[in-house]
Amino acid sequence: MTATAQITVDGMRVALNGERNLLEVIRKAHIDIPTFCYHSELSIYGACRLCMVDVEGRGLVASCAAIPEDGMVVHTTTDEIREIRRVNLEMLLANHDSDCPSCPKNETCKLRALAARLGVREIRYRNIAVKGQRDTTSPSLVRDPSKCILCGDCVRYCEEVQGIGAIGFCGRGSHSTVSPPFEKGLGNVECVNCGGCATVCPTGAITPADDTAPVWKLLRDPSVTVVAQIAPAVRVALGEVFGLEPGEVVTGRIIAAMKRLGFNQVFDTGFAADLTVVEEAHELLPIVTRGGHNFPLLSSCCPAWVKKAEYFDSDLHDHLSSCRSPQQMFGSLARVQLGPTLPPGKKLAVISIMPCTAKKFEASRPEFSKDGVRDVDVVLTTQELAGMIREAGIQLEELEPASFDLPLGFATGAGLIFGTSGGVSEAVVRYLAAELKVPTPAVAFTEVDGNSGIREASVTLGEHTVSIAVVQGLKNADLVLDTIRKKTCRYDFVEIMACPGGCIGGAGQPVPQKKETRMQRSAGLRQIDSVLPVHKAQDNPFVTDCYARLLKHPGSQEARSLLHTSYFSRKREEEDGIELGDQDRSSTALRVRVCVGTSCYLRGAHNLLQKILAGIEEHELQDAVNVQATFCMETCELGPSVAIGNRWLRSATYEKVMEEINGTLEEQKKHDARVTAS
Amino acid sequence: MINDTACPVATDRQGHYRSVLDSVKKRVILCAGTGCIANGSLKVMEAMEAACRLHGTPVSVELRYEDDVTATPLYLSRSGCQGFCQMGPLVTIEPDGILYTSVKPEDCDEIVLRTIIKGERIERLLFKDPASGVICRGVGEIPFYTRQARSVLAPCGSIDPECIEEYLAAGGYQAARHAIEAMAPEEICRLILESGLRGRGGGGFPTGKKWELTRIAAGNIKYIICNGDEGDPGAFMDRSVMEGNPHSVVEGMMIAAKAVGANQGYVYVRMEYPLAVKHMRKAVEDARSQGLLGDAVFGSEFSFDIIIMEGAGAFVCGEETALIASIEGRRGMPDPKPPFPAQKGLMGCPTVINNVETFSTVPLIVRGGPGTLRKVGTPASPGTKTFALTGHVVNTGLIEVPFGTTLRTIIYDIGGGVTGADGKIDPDGFKAVQIGGPSGACLTREHLDLPLDFDSLRSIGAMIGSGGLVVMNHTTCMVRIARYFMQFAQNESCGKCITCREGTRQMLALLDDIVEGNGNAGTLELLQITARVVAKASLCGLGKSAPSPVISTLRHFADEYRAHIVDKRCPAGECQALSRPAIKADQCIGCALCVKSCPVGAITGERRQPHSIDADRCINCRACVAVCKLHAIA
Amino acid sequence: MNTATAVHKQTRQFTAVCEILKKHRNDRRQLIPILQQVQEVYRYLPPTIMSFIASTLRIPASRVYGAATFYRHFALKPKGKHVIRVCDGTACHVKGSGAIAETLRSHLKLNSGEDTTSDMLFTLETVSCLGACGIAPVMVVNETVHGQLSPAHACTIIDSIKKSEVRHD
Repeated sequence: MTATAQITVDGMRVALNGERNLLEVIRKAHIDIPTFCYHSELSIYGACRLCMVDVEGRGLVASCAAIPEDGMVVHTTTDEIREIRRVNLEMLLANHDSDCPSCPKNETCKLRALAARLGVREIRYRNIAVKGQRDTTSPSLVRDPSKCILCGDCVRYCEEVQGIGAIGFCGRGSHSTVSPPFEKGLGNVECVNCGGCATVCPTGAITPADDTAPVWKLLRDPSVTVVAQIAPAVRVALGEVFGLEPGEVVTGRIIAAMKRLGFNQVFDTGFAADLTVVEEAHELLPIVTRGGHNFPLLSSCCPAWVKKAEYFDSDLHDHLSSCRSPQQMFGSLARVQLGPTLPPGKKLAVISIMPCTAKKFEASRPEFSKDGVRDVDVVLTTQELAGMIREAGIQLEELEPASFDLPLGFATGAGLIFGTSGGVSEAVVRYLAAELKVPTPAVAFTEVDGNSGIREASVTLGEHTVSIAVVQGLKNADLVLDTIRKKTCRYDFVEIMACPGGCIGGAGQPVPQKKETRMQRSAGLRQIDSVLPVHKAQDNPFVTDCYARLLKHPGSQEARSLLHTSYFSRKREEEDGIELGDQDRSSTALRVRVCVGTSCYLRGAHNLLQKILAGIEEHELQDAVNVQATFCMETCELGPSVAIGNRWLRSATYEKVMEEINGTLEEQKKHDARVTAS
Repeated sequence: MINDTACPVATDRQGHYRSVLDSVKKRVILCAGTGCIANGSLKVMEAMEAACRLHGTPVSVELRYEDDVTATPLYLSRSGCQGFCQMGPLVTIEPDGILYTSVKPEDCDEIVLRTIIKGERIERLLFKDPASGVICRGVGEIPFYTRQARSVLAPCGSIDPECIEEYLAAGGYQAARHAIEAMAPEEICRLILESGLRGRGGGGFPTGKKWELTRIAAGNIKYIICNGDEGDPGAFMDRSVMEGNPHSVVEGMMIAAKAVGANQGYVYVRMEYPLAVKHMRKAVEDARSQGLLGDAVFGSEFSFDIIIMEGAGAFVCGEETALIASIEGRRGMPDPKPPFPAQKGLMGCPTVINNVETFSTVPLIVRGGPGTLRKVGTPASPGTKTFALTGHVVNTGLIEVPFGTTLRTIIYDIGGGVTGADGKIDPDGFKAVQIGGPSGACLTREHLDLPLDFDSLRSIGAMIGSGGLVVMNHTTCMVRIARYFMQFAQNESCGKCITCREGTRQMLALLDDIVEGNGNAGTLELLQITARVVAKASLCGLGKSAPSPVISTLRHFADEYRAHIVDKRCPAGECQALSRPAIKADQCIGCALCVKSCPVGAITGERRQPHSIDADRCINCRACVAVCKLHAIA
Repeated sequence: MNTATAVHKQTRQFTAVCEILKKHRNDRRQLIPILQQVQEVYRYLPPTIMSFIASTLRIPASRVYGAATFYRHFALKPKGKHVIRVCDGTACHVKGSGAIAETLRSHLKLNSGEDTTSDMLFTLETVSCLGACGIAPVMVVNETVHGQLSPAHACTIIDSIKKSEVRHD
């Protein structure tokens, strides 16, 4: 019989079970080792020095990095360790904006909580905190550098989980900061607004933006009818702010509270999700019936994923579903359906309550506005709505539940499970099964290569099989996207969500207090699904009605105009790119732009650029031609791309470019000659 | 021990080149280390060559392998840093054993005429020992050199570091060849372990043990890294080895590679050492072209190559894991250990990281056997150590002594004694010596007879560190020194861990309080508490050792701290807030010598009237104090 | 400088950057040497070029910017023609390097927070240790090392450089 490996922690024996580090073992022994920079889902950083413990024979070690070994004797609360923790906290607090009462994180700030827990009663150090400039350039997130403790959690989250790296460490030593590069605001870099950084930030250094002020104003404005939509994920999480368990369904109470706040009508985003199912399934149907598994459709309801695709995956836009997200489908429908029903002189305001910070960005997209009016005026996160309810003194847990208004307030189970990872796929499968008149198959996901962030399932629909991948986290998404590029992808449908667990893990939700929180929220949604009378989008009578009266049929012109959208490639850098000539913008020289973005680069853009530059010198065209290198011109698959004046050459070669340049210059000369002559 | 006849091809080349070298009748070696170049040694070289041609003496400035063995009467070559930096430019003439100091271009004519052609000595260019008055002929007589035991530094000062042939002719790369062709990896590790070689970068970890751990670590790809990021202010040992004997480093790395099973090496050199970078790059290129690096080393199946990488100005990159981060293209921020580089280093692979001097010593051990180092030194710290001796000593420069040598020997016998405020020898001038750079401690009179080795220093709470030794006289304020090192630590802190980032900042603020006269009893207590925590809880060595100067000065110079805090007085007279030069009106005769000496024009006064110093403009450089013949400024 | 030569210079510079990237095979691990060589081309690291490097190496711009702001050697603003580095290592420090740095600062009329003279002739920096401790106190101007300095001597060296610049114009 082999003895189990074990260690002794503060006198207690604890068995080892392959834990990653000593910290996890100690936590298993129900000792809450303090730490700022340790996250089980992120790489080990070792910077906060709070998790230090004393290992007999070895001295002080950081428990997050120490490997547990059989026979170790560990002490977690020696006087030495207490002094270390105390002094570290005091020094942190001496360099921290200590205006806690007015900080958005004051109830959930880990620094404040730890100071209280460790009994820090005085700060012996000189206060050297500098009030920094708050960064409000992003519609979704607010950065307050004076509250940053440089734990690096946000940096690692953005790079390791989302694969983006929009923010990073800058400077060195005491001058270190965590910020976007080149001192730009967060709204001006490649941030996709997912807010994951805010979910891991222990202090108020990054928080979701607060848009409650305009909403209060609208609610008080007698000339405005305020309607709202509530996303599925909100209803299983908002209760947490009022002391209820995660996953407890509080829909009715939220609606009641909102009516009290002054919302005229409250609808269900789930209704729009049912519409999304219909439209998206109809995109998927030909792929399924064609068979072959070689042209996957990618979901488009996660705005962070869509923005990421616009930055980095322009070559795959043809795969992206053209469906708007449920939030935006709702918004455009509400304008069309509710607008005309308003009394004269009244304006319509559409507010959405979302678990998501990226939705704030999504609502601001120009294509979702008409004549200067946004389809969705303001997006409030779960936290913001909870804040409004509390401010009004409403005790949510005591309210009598109310119901959604109609017709935009009725959703099937399919629409509601959108809020959890895998839900969109399942909803689409249910719809397709009914369309193909085959029984609805069970959808069982299995992890791919032990990665819980990529799960796959294969379902049989009559004579067809549908192969599905469900992805959480944008870095995981890249793994699947690369297989599409390499033409080795075997999926028909890929659901991509930026947040862990799907929308129930969004950055607008209350920060999860326990490991099980997200699972409990998902379970809550599944619970609603199971008790609802209808589970398939086509069984939603209001959806059917909507098609009958307005949309005609899925994919129709009306549907396309109201419920679909298109994508573009976001230039990753300044508009102007890199000047290679010295003329100012207003000069009359012919402007030649060569794209040197990644995709074009892989197709030889650098060499082409150098050849062009050499050619211009050789033919002495420096004064007539102004060459610029730019970063992305939206035609990645057909690169290298070169724009000569306003004309774009795809699959450009040196010969074609010079021919075009000379041709354009000739035309210019002829034109000028004609002008002078006349 | 190895058999010199073991390598046929190299021996042929070696043998021939040795003959070429042996055929040289006279050799003039100019020190071309950074220090001497700064003092103009390259101009001296030009002048020397010109003078030779002027006087019809045939001279070669390059000795090539192809040269005829009978045709070289005079060879003019450059060497790496000879270590006697203050006395540069240095010119050595062999076989006469003459060392000329402070040579200027205009002296070359005379040197050629009198010494080279006639064999006479020019007394004014020879070193005159200030203590004894004896005029010394050369390194054989100059106390600075005679008390040293130069083995790693021996070639620095004679061989041309840019000439691989000379290195080969002296038996270079024989050790590497033997290791690669005739020794098993575990044998090499055992040999190094038995030799007692301990890391010369400051850690003092047994090198053989480090290699063995890396050898047995799992993984097919392994790396060798040479840490040439010698950032300790006041240390330039590694610079001199890289400048003066670069091939020894390459050879040491090759042996390490065979010992652990690595095929790729990196030398990380500070960018502030351009000459070292240049010489290392040339050494690697030349080694490659001779088949000593590359796919088939010595024509065997063993492959090993080296990349030279320049640092970009971050002291913290001297820490192993930060260095690795830098090589990987990241910010140089350390990572927690475990895992250690021996298990997971560069690119997650087992990696050996050793100091320049350590690698330079390895070939000597492979050639000479396990007892090589044990001929000198102490049982636990065998061999020699290089030190950079600077500060208020007569002879500043680079030295190498056996472990166990006392501070007294180094400072007084080799260093020639401590200088006082006026720059002359002051028999009572010794106040303290800082050892180990910003990670180190200040040693005092009571430690003068302490034998210097890894363990004895550790037992008194100090460390050898990389080997910087800065001697300080009574004009040095120890509180200010502690503050200076804390400022250094603050500037170089990477900022990753709370403890070091905030701790050094707060300690610097507390020290600022003290030197500005704003300290109180609470200041000292808080300083001590913070120093304790920073020393224990920081993530890496930089943070952990940042409080050392504070802790050691608090222990040995508590009175000075007290004077600053309680009496608001700086005994050494350095702290501006607490003391400033002031002209004693009753002694001043208004000669205005001080006015001329003041670089910022802070002294005013009418002729033959007592002058005064504007305290606001005064930058406390104390040039006036030094120049006043009447000592009327204090 | 007329337009034709200006165009030529920027073209050359950008081409040099492409060559550097190609030489290092777009290996993101070689970011530090790449930045060092690119800085030699421009005498500092322009933001758009840093973004270009990030894009070519397929790493986030924040990683390039993070490295550029971590290492002291990298400049985000153009440096002067002559870079003066005064050594403040221990040996130089005890021999009065502080006074040299301060004197130079006032001699070059640099305000606090400024490093480069307005005529872009000089940049003044303090370095932790140049390794020339034997001839302390030391300063380096571009690649030339000057040792055993006094504040006055340091100013003289700077003045002679200034004079030679005037003669060139």
